[in-house]
Amino acid sequence: MTAHEASGLLRNREISSVELTEAVLERIGQVEPNLGAHISVTSDLAMKQANAADLAIQEGVVHSLCGIPIGLKDVLSTADVETTCGSRMLEGFVPPFDATVVGKLRGIGAVFTGKLNLDEFAMGSSTENSAFHVTKNPWDLTRVPGGSSGGSAAAVASYECMVSLGSDTGGSIRQPASFCGVVGVKPTYGRVSRFGLVAFASSLDQIGPIARDVEDAAILLEAISGGDSNDSTSLHVEVPNYCEVLGRSIEGLRVGVPVEYFGSGLDDDVKELVLKAIDQLADLGAEVVDVSLPHTEYALATYYLLAPAEASANLARYNGVKYGYSNLESVDVSDMMASSRARGFGEEVKRRIMLGTYALSAGYYDSYYLKAQKVRTLIRSDFDEVFQNVDLLAAPVSPSVAFSLGDRIDDPYEMYMSDAMTIPASMAGIAGLSVPCGFAEGLPVGLQMLGPALSEPTLLQAAYAYEQEAKILFKAPSLDV
Amino acid sequence: MLDRDTVNHVAQLAYLALDDEESSEMRLQLAQILDLFESLSLLQTDQVEPTARVIPLELPLRDDEVKPSLSQDQVLQNAPRIEDGHIVVPAVLTDS
Repeated sequence: MTAHEASGLLRNREISSVELTEAVLERIGQVEPNLGAHISVTSDLAMKQANAADLAIQEGVVHSLCGIPIGLKDVLSTADVETTCGSRMLEGFVPPFDATVVGKLRGIGAVFTGKLNLDEFAMGSSTENSAFHVTKNPWDLTRVPGGSSGGSAAAVASYECMVSLGSDTGGSIRQPASFCGVVGVKPTYGRVSRFGLVAFASSLDQIGPIARDVEDAAILLEAISGGDSNDSTSLHVEVPNYCEVLGRSIEGLRVGVPVEYFGSGLDDDVKELVLKAIDQLADLGAEVVDVSLPHTEYALATYYLLAPAEASANLARYNGVKYGYSNLESVDVSDMMASSRARGFGEEVKRRIMLGTYALSAGYYDSYYLKAQKVRTLIRSDFDEVFQNVDLLAAPVSPSVAFSLGDRIDDPYEMYMSDAMTIPASMAGIAGLSVPCGFAEGLPVGLQMLGPALSEPTLLQAAYAYEQEAKILFKAPSLDV
Repeated sequence: MLDRDTVNHVAQLAYLALDDEESSEMRLQLAQILDLFESLSLLQTDQVEPTARVIPLELPLRDDEVKPSLSQDQVLQNAPRIEDGHIVVPAVLTDS
């Protein structure tokens, strides 16, 4: 069952939010010991919200997410609920305020079932960097769910919530959505307020929905979008009705296939499924043409300079003073800060802080940081040019299906390579999504669609048309537990 | 190209206390990642403007009005050490 189906049942009083929420919490109790998608389960809050939602539904007109159990990536500030970012540094941290997106969902009567696991401070591609535990892929418990929003994708795939929110800095929504067989949307930079999203790389971070179908993703995206006076980088542009475009024909839609995304390193199975999906778009009337994004190969290096540089500045605030882990034994203030950071942060976070600090340090700034900012311009220009001629791009999300737990965790370079196809769009700040397009070796594969800034309606329209045509509608993993 | 002293200097700038083992491992891993960056030097970018943000940013202004904010208790609720409504840290200036 999807959120929009559940919403219909709620409004017809065939089920109550309390029943739905109890079922979800029971499901969490069943699968969580094997899956590990949550950092915390907020049962009491959920039941309170479910009761309130049932009252609101009795009283009349409600939002379609009223009474719907939603999971939140644990990088979103949630008032009076522990928000850890998957880090020892923030273990026990209880924010006194809601992130804007959390407040919006709370306001329309959503039910918060839990905070979902992630790579520490959203840095990683497998959720193995969480300081607390790994999350497993619901389709194969020996594999990773992707990351960094691995908990958000795994929870939706395994019915531990109806929909969830993730965040995407270099692919952290699209890649886990692909690995777990669900829909994930990375909105245009600025479309969704980042207020209350714990910052990783501020010029790249964006919050987005993860759902079991395109319609649910559209509903959730609409609910969280919009300008915000608390986020100066949010766009004060009217939020369209994303559901209105679903079901419209994609006849004549121009779809570009970027040749650079189909080169060596792409698994044959993945390639075959993605090309088949593109053929189906053509069958639906889309005009498919090959295009080129010549600077694609430089995106990964650019990202791993810029994102860590921004992170090293953003994470300077964790120094053991105002909040977070603090080495209380230290008698010297500098030692207190350096030792608190050394103990509070995990390996990957430290690696990126070091990388970013190095790239920004005297003598290296021009050759690394400034150079990367210039290459970022070239990557943006590639997209600007192709979008003169096509409406959207279709490509793989990741070069492979979900890899095995432990496979890449000791090799940061290899781990970084799994983001090569999602990073370019993040660098350009454009909109993108991942929609399931089949299974290889029993594991889900996603089709990535990218469009220019604020093209979410076109992307959702195309993804919905594809989803209905291909009939790769969501089916639950068996999760033998 | 990345020597031990540089790693230790960067760690100091980043306020990260690394032990010897961590520092040598970091040196190897960073060196490998820095190799990846060398590819960027192949690109001619003299005439290219840097991108710091992808959307045009206007400086938002608002009226200077008093509005409710978090209470002192809320602000201090996550502080590791507090005393009389203040955050406590080890002495910044010491005799030594």
